[in-house]
Formats: sequence, C-alpha cells, structure tokens
Amino acid sequence: MESDGKKPGRGSGWSRRDFLQGSAAGALATGLVADGLTTEAEAASGGLVGPDPLPMSFRINGRAHTATLEPRVTLLDALRNHLDLTGAKKVCDRATCGACTVIVDGKPAYACSMLAIEAQGSDIQTIEGLGTPDNLHPLQAAFVENDAQQCGFCTPGFVMACKAFVDAHPNPSPQDVAEGLGGNLCRCGTYMGIRNAVKAVAGKGA
Amino acid sequence: MADYSWPAPENRDHLGSRLLRLDGPVKVTGAAEYSLDVKRRGMLYARLLRCPHAHARITRIDVSAAEAMPGVKAVKVIQNVGAEIKWALDEVAVVAADSEERAGDALRGIEVDYEVLPHFVTERELDKAPESTPAQEAVEGDPDAAMAAAQVRVKGDYGLAGIAHCCLEPHGSVSDWDDPENLTVWMSTQSVSGIPGQIAEQVGVPAANVRTICQHMGGGFGSKFSPDRWGILCAELARTTSRPVKLFLERGPEVAVAGGRPSAYATVEVGAAKDGTVTAWSSRSWGSGGPGGSGSPPLPYVFKFENQRQQHVSVPANIGPSRAWRAPNHPQACLITMSALEDLAAELRMDPVALFLKNIDKTGPRAQTYREELQKGAELIGWQQTWHPRGEGRGPIRSGLGLSLHTWGGRGHQSNCELVVFPDGLVEARLGSQDLGVGTRTVIAIVVAETFGIGIDSVKVSIGDSRYPASGASGGSTTVGGVSAATRRAAVDAREQLFERIAPHLEATPDSLVAEDGKVFVKDDPTRSLTWAQATSRLGVTPITAAGKNPGPGKLTDSGVGGVQMADVSVDTETGIVKINRLVAVQDCGLVINVRTAESQVYGALIMGVCYALTEEKIFDPTTGRPLNADMEFYKLAGISDIGELIVHMMTGPGYDERGVIGLGEPPVISPGAAISNAVANAIGVRVPELPLTPDRVLAALEKGGRG
Repeated sequence: MESDGKKPGRGSGWSRRDFLQGSAAGALATGLVADGLTTEAEAASGGLVGPDPLPMSFRINGRAHTATLEPRVTLLDALRNHLDLTGAKKVCDRATCGACTVIVDGKPAYACSMLAIEAQGSDIQTIEGLGTPDNLHPLQAAFVENDAQQCGFCTPGFVMACKAFVDAHPNPSPQDVAEGLGGNLCRCGTYMGIRNAVKAVAGKGA
Repeated sequence: MADYSWPAPENRDHLGSRLLRLDGPVKVTGAAEYSLDVKRRGMLYARLLRCPHAHARITRIDVSAAEAMPGVKAVKVIQNVGAEIKWALDEVAVVAADSEERAGDALRGIEVDYEVLPHFVTERELDKAPESTPAQEAVEGDPDAAMAAAQVRVKGDYGLAGIAHCCLEPHGSVSDWDDPENLTVWMSTQSVSGIPGQIAEQVGVPAANVRTICQHMGGGFGSKFSPDRWGILCAELARTTSRPVKLFLERGPEVAVAGGRPSAYATVEVGAAKDGTVTAWSSRSWGSGGPGGSGSPPLPYVFKFENQRQQHVSVPANIGPSRAWRAPNHPQACLITMSALEDLAAELRMDPVALFLKNIDKTGPRAQTYREELQKGAELIGWQQTWHPRGEGRGPIRSGLGLSLHTWGGRGHQSNCELVVFPDGLVEARLGSQDLGVGTRTVIAIVVAETFGIGIDSVKVSIGDSRYPASGASGGSTTVGGVSAATRRAAVDAREQLFERIAPHLEATPDSLVAEDGKVFVKDDPTRSLTWAQATSRLGVTPITAAGKNPGPGKLTDSGVGGVQMADVSVDTETGIVKINRLVAVQDCGLVINVRTAESQVYGALIMGVCYALTEEKIFDPTTGRPLNADMEFYKLAGISDIGELIVHMMTGPGYDERGVIGLGEPPVISPGAAISNAVANAIGVRVPELPLTPDRVLAALEKGGRG
C-alpha cells in the first residue's frame, strides 16, 4: 500500500542509496576507507564509516538523544535497545507489518528498515511522544474507547500510522482508511475497532 | 454456606456491562511492558543457529571461531555430532553476545556439516508419504448398509493447509539470576503459574526459586504454554555468563517452528433422504502437524448421525511441530463437515438453512441454541432475501452466502485468587493468571466491583506474576470462567468478613448487611448505612484477606456452547479473487461479563478466520524441504481492507445468563473457514476443495467444474 508513501525517509545525508553509490565508486575509494573515518561529520560528508560504533545524535519527540552505535544498527534497534524507547515493536523486521511505525519528518516510516545513522538530523516522533496513560492524545483515547487493541502488540505502530494518516487525510473515506492503513497488520483482529477509532477522530484535527 | 452465585440480572451494576479495557491506556501509549521490552543492566543478547535442512544428521560442528569473536560471551552446542534433525530451522547452537548484532555475527562463525537425509513435506499427497499410522477408526451403527440404502449420496474432497500461529510478540524470554539459586524470567507465556516448575526442573533449582513475570503478552493463540528449549537455554546462558540474557526468536523461526496448526484433508460421503435428513456419514481424513503427525479431527463435527464411520491417518512430515492452535482440531473438522453438508444441500437444491434445521436435533443438547442462532444469523445477514440456489449467480462477479455451526467446551480452569480489602477502601485481586488480550484484568475487576458494590476505580487487579496464587494456563477458553469464579468466591468470603467486622458499628447482624452503590447498609433499614470508605476504615490497620478457588461451591460456570456464522462473499470468476462482503457471528457463551471485550474477541476470531480462509498457508519447497514463506511478506495475514463488514451478536438473557460463565476464545474462530468456503461454492457453483481459497485454487475449481 504505497498510497500513503510509507517508506524509509532520507536522513542526515547518509542513506542506503548513498552507500550503494559509494560502493559503485568502487575500489578507487579503498585507500580512504582504511583511514578509519568514523566521525559523524565525515559520515555526513560522504566518507565511509564503521564497522566500529560511532557517536550519533537524534531528535526524538522534540528532545536530543545521543548514542554510540554501529552504523548497521537500525533505527528500531537503536530506539529499543539503546534509547529505552520500547513502544515501537520489533515483529517482522522487514517493513511488512508496521508494528515499528514511527513518524520521521512528518511521514510514517518503518523504523526496522531505516538505519539509525540515516535518521540523524530528522525529526523523529515515537509513540512515547504522543500522549501518556493519564493524558491521552485524542487518537489514543479513540483507540481505547473503540477497544482497538487486544494483545496490544501492534497497537503503538497502528496508532502512529493512524496519526500520520489522519494528519494527511483529515476527512478520510472508508476506502481511504482501507488503503492508507494497509501497511500495518494485527494478529488478534482489531481492525473493526481501529476503523471506528479513525472515524471518531476524523475531521476533529487530531 | 455463603451464596456465591452471580447476582440476578436486576441487581447487576457491572456484570454484563460494556466496560472499556482497563489496560487500554497503557497499550495505546506504548507504556505497557511486554517481555520483549524488558532490558536489564548488562544484559546479553542470544541468537540461535538453525539447521537449513528438513532432515539431516550433524557430522561436524566447530564453534571455536565463534567463541573468539568480539563481544561473544558464550557459545553452546544444542545438538551435537550424530544428532538427527527432523525439520528445517531446528536449533543447533546458541550464542550470547553483548549486542544483538554481534550475536548474529557469531552465528556465522559456527561451522556445521550435515549429512542430508531424505525428507517429506507434502503430506497433501498421502500416497507419497514414507510412513503413516494405521487408520484409527470409529464406527456407529451400520454406515455401509445405511449408505447403500440412502436415497441420495454425495461425495467430496475437502482440506486445509497447515498454518502458523504467527504471534506478533515472538516466543522468548529474559532470564536474570538474582543469585546462584534464584532466577527471574520475563517470558511471553500463556502459563505464568506453570512456567517456574517447567524451568526449575531443567536448571536444577526448586520451583519456588523461579519467578515468572508476564505483565502483557503479544499473542499466544495456543503456542506459548511451555518455556521451550530456548527458554531453558536462556536461563542456562544467564547462569554460565552471570549476566541477564535475552533470547527471543526472529520472525522466520517464529513462523516456521514456534507454532503450527496441523493440516487436514478428507474424503467424505454423506447419505440422506430426499427431504434432507442425513442417514449416513463416512469420512477418511489425514493430515500432518510435523514429525508427530496430527490429531484426529472430531468428524462428523457438531452433528452425530445414527450410522457413521470415521477413519483418520496421521502422517509424520519433516516440518516444524504443531502446537495447540485456537480450538485444536475443530476448524479442520468444521470445514470438512459443514462443506459436505452444504454440498448435500446443493445436490438436493435445498436451502442449507433448511437442511441444517432438518438435522438440528442430531446436534445434541445445544439444538435449541442452534435454532435460535440460525434464526438470528439469517435475520442479520438477510438470508431469505439474498440467498439463491448454488451457482445461479450470473456475470463475472458472483456473490453467494454460506453458513456453518460450531461448538466448544470452555469450562473455567483451576484458578486461585487472593483478595485483599485494604482499610483505605482499595480492593486488590491477585491471581497468577495472564492477559493474552482477552481483557482478563477487566473481567476480574468487574467481578470484584460487582461483589462489593463499588466502582471499578476502587479495584486493583494484580496478575502476570508467578508469586501470585496459581492460576491455570490460558488455553481452551478456560481463563475467564476460571478467574471470574475464583475471584467471585474470594470476594464473597471477604465481604462476609467485612460484614462481621462492621456489623456492630451498624447495630446489625452480619447477614442483614448488603454492599451496594458504594455503601454498606442494613437491608431492611437503609438509613443505617456506612459509605464504603467509612466501612473499610473500621478495619483499623489490618486488611482483610480471603482466598477463593475454582472449581468450588456454587454454580458460577458451565461448559458447552454453540455458535452460528454466515458469510456473504463476492467472487471474481475471471481473476479468482474472493472478497468478503459481510460476516455474521452469532455466539453464546453463557453469562457475558464484559460485552465489549467479548464482542472484540469475536470480531478478532472472524478476522483470524478470514486469514486462514483466504490467505494463510505454510508453504514448503518439496525439493529442499524448506519453508518458503517463513516471514510476513509471503505468510499472508489479512489487512484492514480485506475483512469486509463484520457483524457480531452475543446471545444473552434468559436461557443463557443462568448457565454461568463459559469461555469464548475458541468457538468463534472455528466456523469462518467453512462459512466462507460454503459462500464461495454458493457463488460460483462449484466447491473449491481446499483452504486457503487463493485465486489459483478458485480458478482451478472453476476450470474443473465448468463455468455454467
């Protein structure tokens, strides 16, 4: 379901595509690689980094976070294993189920399929930044009121996908909902509640 | 003796309400901590090396390179030289390292040589199976004579592929030894109270020294009763490394080896009179759920005919072993039976509702329930207005209706509740139970609040920890019955204790008091009254505690439900794509404690049913024996756009409520496959014999059956 454009966003100037382009440049760069270019600035300038950990900084839910991570660490593993933000769940780890959905620069993204290093410089929003149990975001309240969760494991990802979807489609038709939320999967079968939750907040500027 | 029975309908404040799930807010905010989210200081990450072959013997294994890799703290061989591996992705070795990534690297440092042995993964073709058990046979009456004498005979082939549980939270745990003798395990499990004993035995400490915690769990569906080999390994690695260890399965093995519902295939012959009365049944079924073969589906399902023969052949295959999958053996038996009966109705040009009603007394004690549910279902889906005889649709896109019946037991399991009334007015219920997504906490809170006549806010529910009184595993739709009955008995006893303590303050006898609407008062003189807070403050500093268990005195639970489902589908006869228009579920489960979460569970079951009816299937490569779709890209679950409109009706009120609580998890997931398959047959005029009803299967059936 591409209609909502959920794909790994571009980050700090270091992406998988750059990596491939760098690889294509091939053996000419080999001499440079051996020098151990590991700083963030150099990474941003297009030099190769890793495999050793290097300091990274992130803007998550409006706050600055730092961590020292190997360049291969995904944004999802960085959040869960290094930054104590475990709301995004690791399920398929392959950009299929949406349980890891976060919002990167306003667009929903599968955190499992984006490297942490490329998320630097982006504005990252996770479920932890939306609302708290005592102060729910209206969309979260609508999930509760429509019982749009059972085991709840897909729920944070679904809430974030719905947030991005409703922001982009304030007055969605049922068909819009079906297509726009097709990038998330639930095993317990909570889709009826999710539909109703989205319907409840649609048009209310959630 | 105290009266433990549920209050009469007119005296209920909370029972049968539509209370919002109490753990909803922590789930929608990501604050709920699942076992997969647990992180301990200094924790290591473990990963498992798996055999790529479906059947092989290990001839050499060398872990020395892996042991020398950076960050690696332990490497352990699970199956050594000489071991016979019987399914692809079985565990061979395990690594613990200081990061998930480094643990993964170390797996590549382990060298294993295998002698590849012949495998068998295509049990659909029974004649090619290298081995199978002799057919088990059960016979009633004289099926041969009855079949020969039948006015009409219909024969058909039906089947369902093996499927996975595909829990979103994978199997696994975090193990942390508090000291050399005491272990804490955070595990994704359906059996909080049952896990310590299973681990303790393996790691050589008393069960009392193992504590299991599972506050929230991301789906089990019958696959998470045991700590599994990996749960034991996790505890052992934590001990050898003196560090906490986290070991959860990756998605591939989660789909391939951590779950599985056995396949089932059958050839069925049904004999009947021209009026639709079934007189004879004969079925020969087979299936596999891995090296152990498969259990026998209860055929014929729901109905019992005077003359019937059932044969079942269990076929071992080199696929990951099956586990209990929500209503074990029932969805298979249901698809086979309800398809055969619908085919009979089509042969007789009879409305299947009429044919099912004609034979409804053969369903036994639930016949009246089925009658009522068939009527309700037909009304909700508009059966009379929209049903047409099989195959009478025209045009490329054809619609059809189908129906199915199911049954389940669902008696409450053994459960213990410790109930504490605190002087500040809070009432806590403690049970070593777990919430799989059913709403267990909410159900317990309703029972407590109802018994004391207090608000839900005054109740605290503590579950998910083996330190609480033992409660049964959550399987077979037994949890809600078990925990609600244990809680009710504890709460009634605690209330009696409370009445004894405060009766003198109201100058009354304990048995003259009632607790309702946040007050304790004299039944015949409500002016002699204390608020709940006043009443509990009379306890001084010591709380009241009471224990309740299930089973126990008083009729609080029962067993045995019916259930009717109807499907409305459209089939594109040019592409073979099946679209769900509407599904109707009419379900009884005795006394419904929380209507909202009960409905949610039925909606969920319908959706899970759409998955296995249309898309879900474990696929193996016959040449290599390996699973081809051990992932979520090609192991297909239904998405939000695939489910159509779902309509759920719970049977409540007289005739149902007085039975007490009966479990609900299994029954509604049994019928969707059969109801959808029957609707497709009704739409396109031919039976698509096997689930899932993928476009290729639909087109093949159309090709074979003609497009008339």
